[in-house]
Amino acid sequence: MNQSYYLPHTKLQSLLDAIIERGYRCVGPQTRGGTITYDDFSQVKELPWGYEDEQLPGQYTLKKTQKTGYFNWVNGPQAIKPELFKPKESLWNVTRDEEGKLSFQPAQLTPAPLCLFGVRPCDIAAMQIQDKVFITGTYRDERYAQRRENTLIIAANCITSSNNCFCVGAGGFPKAERGYDIALTEIEDGFTLEFGSEQGSDIIASLKLSEADGSQINYAKQRIQEAADKQTKTLPGTNLRDALMNNLDHPRWDAVAERCLSCGNCTQVCPTCFCHSEEDEPNVKGNHSEHVREWDSCFTQGHSYIHGKVIRSQTRQRYRQWLTHKLGTWHDQFGESGCVGCGRCVSWCPVGIDITEEATAICSDFINLENKENSHG
Amino acid sequence: MSDKPKIAVHKFSSCDGCQLAILNLGEKLIELTEIVDIMHFAEAGPVNPHEKVDVAFVEGSITTPHELDRIQEVRSNSQYVVTIGACATSGGLQALRNFKHVDIKQWTQSVYAKPEFISTLETSTAIAKHIKVDLEIWGCPINSKQIIETIRALCFGVEPVVQKDSLCLECKRQGNACVMVTKQEPCLGPITQSGCGALCPSVGRGCYGCYGPDENPNTKALAKRFSGLGLLPNDIARKLHFINSQAKGYLEIGNELGNKTLKDDAK
Repeated sequence: MNQSYYLPHTKLQSLLDAIIERGYRCVGPQTRGGTITYDDFSQVKELPWGYEDEQLPGQYTLKKTQKTGYFNWVNGPQAIKPELFKPKESLWNVTRDEEGKLSFQPAQLTPAPLCLFGVRPCDIAAMQIQDKVFITGTYRDERYAQRRENTLIIAANCITSSNNCFCVGAGGFPKAERGYDIALTEIEDGFTLEFGSEQGSDIIASLKLSEADGSQINYAKQRIQEAADKQTKTLPGTNLRDALMNNLDHPRWDAVAERCLSCGNCTQVCPTCFCHSEEDEPNVKGNHSEHVREWDSCFTQGHSYIHGKVIRSQTRQRYRQWLTHKLGTWHDQFGESGCVGCGRCVSWCPVGIDITEEATAICSDFINLENKENSHG
Repeated sequence: MSDKPKIAVHKFSSCDGCQLAILNLGEKLIELTEIVDIMHFAEAGPVNPHEKVDVAFVEGSITTPHELDRIQEVRSNSQYVVTIGACATSGGLQALRNFKHVDIKQWTQSVYAKPEFISTLETSTAIAKHIKVDLEIWGCPINSKQIIETIRALCFGVEPVVQKDSLCLECKRQGNACVMVTKQEPCLGPITQSGCGALCPSVGRGCYGCYGPDENPNTKALAKRFSGLGLLPNDIARKLHFINSQAKGYLEIGNELGNKTLKDDAK
């Protein structure tokens, strides 16, 4: 285990300054429109000091409290995904000269070193899932890859969970185990710090911090454990592939389709959803065109449009596609689940559909039967 | 005579807001004249309403006997007819007169000093109720970008892309906080098509449904949610029966909840 250091609240700015001095653009949590949004910042006073969020299915409330601390909230609708996988960006463009000759050019990409500050463990887990999708797969996405190479991650372990959190049930934990440069855990009057990379270690060394003492380390550990214990939602298993694929005609799909708006909000707030569409945006004269990619969703008509036909025209089919992929066939495709248990799809669904309830209703019988068979050898 | 495609912008019963949206293109409008000839566009200057054109954009709904004739002429003079805005595609706000309880004669008398000079129909109807429409561009008003994209696509000889995804996608791509989830503000975004740039949610207000129903609206489920937020059935009906009251997707549930029926002419 890494050495733990102690950083008092009063010295948080010096950590930020040390990062900025190294040439990083800092993006961290801030309050915007009654939620937590990650945006550019350079002063710790811009962080959500004293704020707490309350989350229920289809409901999110952010409140300023008298409590001390920068990280008493859980999460907002989107965290770091929009920084790495942009909601909309040009991939390449094409220009036609006067002789009719076409010239293609990749869109400019100059990723400045980026520090993602105060990242939740579930969002780090989600980022690692997206790394697999965009970097290590057969088709490497240069734009995502280059941004990731230049990213410094400062994790903020969770000291509380919302009513919609279920990272433990999804196979995770409210503490970042890897994928960070520095991990912070907030304690009464500051943080315990651990480094996860050489760069993180250098930054901590430059701050000349004292080591955290035993009681600080224990308190940090205890707070993380409390966050985990607070979670009431869970999934019926971490690999639901067989349970879902054997229940494609379960009546629950019809029931959920009656409530589902097919609006796609769940996919837009999901930190692992990676679907996108591409389209060309020509100028008026028609001699230049930008090829643009933007976030799409399996809840749209266009997502299943293939050669003159929409394959999934019904909401039932779309919801089923989303859930079976996220919790089931993701395992076939990437060798793991596509869900990190952040609970966003539950909070930000306008009608409060709960993925854990739906998965449980659809999978439970199959799982119980499987367990019974196994116990009988 | 130039060999550029000819376009016309015709006005029927409307507020002119969609024509203004075209005028608001500014410099791009001048660029547009390099690829098409604008033959008729009263709001901008050129007036040649009887000209034969390649593409006719039609703003407004049919609310007078005279408009019944005019729209036939527009059809026979145009290769493609593209309706622009809520009025032309669904009858618009003025289609609230289409409900059975509305006595149009009484309305006329209470509004106009000399009602005998007003010649109006009992209903306000979409252009597609009267002639074949090749493309419908929704919005109240439309977004000027939609006009450029449509003309550009037609000049390339390809079908214009019609975006009918829910507004939520546009809203989330912009990073807006959901007004329904954070403020319990009733919002039609989940059943409304994108295109406006999520204007209202961007300033913390619920969507009014100016762009009409998206391709797969679950209006019943959203109405149930509104009811959970404390709206009475009639309040929900009014939200649905507003700018695009006649649109399939808003009309039926609005009728059900508001206990409304349409006049026979409006069906």
